[in-house]
Amino acid sequence: MYEFVTGPLAWLAFGLFAVGIIVRVVRYVRGLDWQADRVTYTVNVKFGVKGALRSIFYWLLPYGTRSWRKNPGFTFLVFLLHIGLLFTPIFLQAHNVLLKERWGISLWTIPESAADLLTIAVIFAAVFLALRRIALTEVRIITNAYDYLMLLIAVAPFITGIIARYQVANYQFWLILHILCGEILLVAIPFTKLSHFILFFASRAQLGMDYGIKRGGMKGKGLAW
Amino acid sequence: MPEGKLCNKQTVDTKEQLEALLADKGGKQYYEEMNHLDVNKSALTATLKKVVKSRFKTWLEICSHCGLCAESCFYYLANDRDPTQVPSYKIQSTLGKMLKRKGDVDNAFMQMCMDTAFAKCTCCTRCGVYCPFGIDTGVMFAYLRGILFSQGFSPWEMKIGTGMHRIYRAQMDVTVEDWVETCEWMAEEYEADWPGLTIPVDKENADIMYTVNAREPKHYPEDIAEAAILFHVAGENWTVPGEGWEETSLAMFAGDVAACKMQVESVYTAMDRLKPKRMVVTECGHAYRATVIEGPYWAGLKNGKTPVESIHYIEWVAEALRTGKLKIDPSKKIKEPVTYQDSCNYIRNGGLADVAREIMSYIAEDFREMNPCREHNFCCGGGGGLNGIGRYRQQRNIGLKIKRDQIQETGAKLVVAPCHNCWDAIRDMEEIYKIGIRWTFLKPLLIKMLEVPEHLKPKDE
Ligand code: SF4
Ligand code: SF4
Repeated sequence: MYEFVTGPLAWLAFGLFAVGIIVRVVRYVRGLDWQADRVTYTVNVKFGVKGALRSIFYWLLPYGTRSWRKNPGFTFLVFLLHIGLLFTPIFLQAHNVLLKERWGISLWTIPESAADLLTIAVIFAAVFLALRRIALTEVRIITNAYDYLMLLIAVAPFITGIIARYQVANYQFWLILHILCGEILLVAIPFTKLSHFILFFASRAQLGMDYGIKRGGMKGKGLAW
Repeated sequence: MPEGKLCNKQTVDTKEQLEALLADKGGKQYYEEMNHLDVNKSALTATLKKVVKSRFKTWLEICSHCGLCAESCFYYLANDRDPTQVPSYKIQSTLGKMLKRKGDVDNAFMQMCMDTAFAKCTCCTRCGVYCPFGIDTGVMFAYLRGILFSQGFSPWEMKIGTGMHRIYRAQMDVTVEDWVETCEWMAEEYEADWPGLTIPVDKENADIMYTVNAREPKHYPEDIAEAAILFHVAGENWTVPGEGWEETSLAMFAGDVAACKMQVESVYTAMDRLKPKRMVVTECGHAYRATVIEGPYWAGLKNGKTPVESIHYIEWVAEALRTGKLKIDPSKKIKEPVTYQDSCNYIRNGGLADVAREIMSYIAEDFREMNPCREHNFCCGGGGGLNGIGRYRQQRNIGLKIKRDQIQETGAKLVVAPCHNCWDAIRDMEEIYKIGIRWTFLKPLLIKMLEVPEHLKPKDE
């Protein structure tokens, strides 16, 4: 079982993930239309690139935009969640050992204690983000079951991972469940709204170009995000 | 399938149609007919396919329902944080649902969409600046209005407005003759006070081609005279086109893209005909947005720019004050606290925040910013055509509260509002809430403060 989930199934998951996100980006770009969207994507390119980069940069910066600053608690949780989600799996020692074993490569790794901390941070952030969905009326009204499912898919590998690591119970069971959850997450990224993994950049770049080219970018200093 | 006599899927292209609509006071019959209007589902599906491409699809799909957009919307705040006013909710429950059902929707749904797209969103695009994914709900609502328009679900005044543009190439029934006569009349009227004052019509190769909002010739002709006086004092070589003088676009508010195109092309044709160096647009926000920002796209101009460089009136004023073409008498600067209404259309969506501040630095001694301001300013409450729609008067009036509070917090009693919609909204706000403020365009303000060169003053005989 272990061989299968870390072998063929892992290949499949990574394959779907990679091909999936490429397809998403290609389809996004192909669906843009300068006249319908009213943005000259391929003319005034200098302004477009500048607008796109500004739009991505400020939003990737914790507290870099007015919206982030106005919602300090939420911003903290969101960045905590995303930093944990991205860095933990890539720089985890155990993952890199496996990587070396299977594909002969390995990356720089973080100490196990740091990984533990990040994992707990991810779970903590997810729990509070879920509670926020219930507590705030303006969030509750737009929340549906799908949103909770997304949150669950995103944190499941972390919950199962930490249980496996501390070998609370049946190690083999939790380990395999952990791997399966990770693979589900990978596949879910291109096929669900977790596609914001990549479409965040596409959408931010698009609006950045809109502002950079058409909505004042050629006249003012560029929008103060 | 029932199509009303007044409320239907046809566009208004003849005077008879227009007169019939106008005769239906308040749109009583029009809205009654709307209750029976059929939805052409296959046409709606086709329209959706054409309009909702990767940008909108992505926005609707990846919205993480985080609610950050809630507080960015002045309607949400003005309606005591009513969750049904959250931008994400508003768009998901209208365009989002329409898409999910692939256009299989009924009359009641379409009317709900219309009410939401007009009475719950002024397309101010503020929420898009607060969304982590850059989901611009205001833009989606603007396109949703177009989808609704194609099915005949458009407020009565909007239907009339599109007809006006289609027939008169103006948002009101002002003909070319009316316009030219108004210009002549104003020049005569003010010539005694301003010797040599003219309003040159159709002069070729001028430095400036000046274009206006139809309300000016129709209701505020002094505005044209004031523009003439300022150009005259500044020594500009300017003109107005006989045809193609109207900048506004109720068609844009209604989402009638074909009419939008006709309207802006009338202006671009005037540019080609008169070959001015630049065009200056009057103190109007949506007019500038329509003709300068969006217009080139409707007209299919691939560089996204108007045929000749076009600037907003405030850009001309800032330049004239900066270069000394217009001089302010320092003793006449505004002494009292004064604030500035940032128009969504040329500030957030036009990048002119600094230009407005530059002007205020020349003319005001105690300039007070609203909070928030510049690109982050709230809509006046009258954007997106809301000032002119009787059906949504109540909702608009509630929305005005945010601007009222913002102005009051500055402590200023004078508001500079170089935008027709903002100006109207603030006027109505004062009428309803009576907070004791005054509001003004830049032109009359500047004329009072000018240092007029001796040779331009009337000679006492
Ligand atoms: S801020 Fe953006 S992602 Fe969040 S709910 Fe609003 S539209 Fe959706
Ligand atoms: S565009 Fe403006 S009015 Fe419309 S939902 Fe967004 S913030 Fe509200």
